[in-house]
Amino acid sequence: MADLLHVSASPHIRAKADTPYLMKMVLAALAPAAVFGVVNFGPRALLILVLTVVSCVGFETMMNRLMHRPDTLGDYSAVVTGLLLGMNLPASAPWWLPIVGGAFAIIIVKMLFGGLGENIMNPALGARCFLLISFAGLMCDFSVPSGAFLQVADTVSGATPLAAVKGGESIHLLASFIGYTKGTIGETSALLLLLGGLFLAVTKVIDWRIPASYIGSFAVFVLLFGGHGFDLYYLACQLCTGGLMLGAWFMATDYVTSPITPMGRIIFGIALGVLTGLFRLFGSSAEGVSYAIIFCNLLVPLIERVTIRKAFGKGGKA
Amino acid sequence: MMRENTPAERLYNGIVKENPTFVMLLGMCPTLAVTTMAINGLGMGLTTTVILTMSNLMISLLRKVIPDGVRMPAYIVIVASFVTIVQFLLQGFIPSLYASLGIFIPLIVVNCIILGRAEAYASKHGVIASIFDGIGMGLGFTLALTCIGMVRELIGAGKIFGIQIMPSFYHPVTIFILAPGAFFVLAFLIALQNKFKIGSARVGEDGHPACSRTSCMNCGNRICSGRMAAQTENKEGEA
Repeated sequence: MADLLHVSASPHIRAKADTPYLMKMVLAALAPAAVFGVVNFGPRALLILVLTVVSCVGFETMMNRLMHRPDTLGDYSAVVTGLLLGMNLPASAPWWLPIVGGAFAIIIVKMLFGGLGENIMNPALGARCFLLISFAGLMCDFSVPSGAFLQVADTVSGATPLAAVKGGESIHLLASFIGYTKGTIGETSALLLLLGGLFLAVTKVIDWRIPASYIGSFAVFVLLFGGHGFDLYYLACQLCTGGLMLGAWFMATDYVTSPITPMGRIIFGIALGVLTGLFRLFGSSAEGVSYAIIFCNLLVPLIERVTIRKAFGKGGKA
Repeated sequence: MMRENTPAERLYNGIVKENPTFVMLLGMCPTLAVTTMAINGLGMGLTTTVILTMSNLMISLLRKVIPDGVRMPAYIVIVASFVTIVQFLLQGFIPSLYASLGIFIPLIVVNCIILGRAEAYASKHGVIASIFDGIGMGLGFTLALTCIGMVRELIGAGKIFGIQIMPSFYHPVTIFILAPGAFFVLAFLIALQNKFKIGSARVGEDGHPACSRTSCMNCGNRICSGRMAAQTENKEGEA
């Protein structure tokens, strides 16, 4: 009898979708692109990924101890942060760069604000921007380290595809789509990131509204202001290069730093698309995804305040 | 306990107890903007100290003459006069500091530490006490700015006062001499000094007056997560 009557306060959640489950799904979806990055850039990339994950997990444990909080490693959020951060670093980064990045992501962006659920911006992206501003030379050194499993022959010297697009050169679109190009470890393969993102959207781990409105509004912005008119080839180049796919499917959809209302998510996505377009087309650097996302992360409380539905009988028009 | 309004008490008050930067969080604009190097922080702090001392002296002398209704314009005129004098002196004798502080020298006119001390102290107290209040507050400001500047310069450029400190393999973390670094360093220094001060502030205190397990929902202190309330309840149970 006791088993039949569970008395508890609402909400009565029946789904198994707790934090560890969601984080493991994100890890599974990220895995193909990460593995591809390791294949593309060699053992050095694997070392960077391992270092970011280990440092994030280590700093989280350290901060929990120092702040006398319960251990939160079991929710896998530190692993996801570490993997995302590692995928945002170039494979040629020196060994200490991932550790500094992990420390910034976990200690400053996440734990000092109160841990998972309280961070004001995506920890991995906060750390990426911190490193990008502090060590611009190291973060933009996309030379492929020696010992790569597959030599990216035609792109060993020269700029990343995105920078080439910005510079007005033509790029090999198919290579960029599959990921056989230069860039950060995890951003090169638009195809695998797209598959991973769709997997998350189909299993309802992430809401399709954010990536759809993000990529859609970015595409419209590029067509309107890209200076190439209605040029689908140029649009495809912009969509397949740089960190857009990684950002739109995996970072903008971070539960903590995206709005909870459906309408808010669409507004959030449009703001992201417009800002990314603005930074990419009119900014001084080729990439603008990470700045756009952390900027919009800070707008989330405002977006939620505007779009949250009023309870029945409270204010508003009749 | 020191007697109030004596020179020593004023100095202690300005440098430690009511440090304008770390305790009262006044004058944030120059604090965050000019502390990219220790020498700039020191220069800004000493410039402000001179102006603050002179304006406190003058306002304290004139406190019975200035009508209440127009005291603010009167303070501004006095402060602006001293700022102009100091600005010309800097331009003439320390042009390098003048160049690196730039717009922030004329902006000392509207520095809220100076107007704050004029309003809160010099207009109500005697000349000697006001002078020492100005010196104390100014030195407190100087100390804070120099500390922030030293930390930022050390991490962001590997140097202190222009002298190379960090070994050659150290990569300077450039963000620390840019705007975000000012916020990081200020926040960490305030946190650090709160850590040392909180012990004396908490003596004889049993949590917040409204602290009980039922009010945890509304409490801003998430880190506590009910521990304070539990302690209070235990004590009440023992008593």
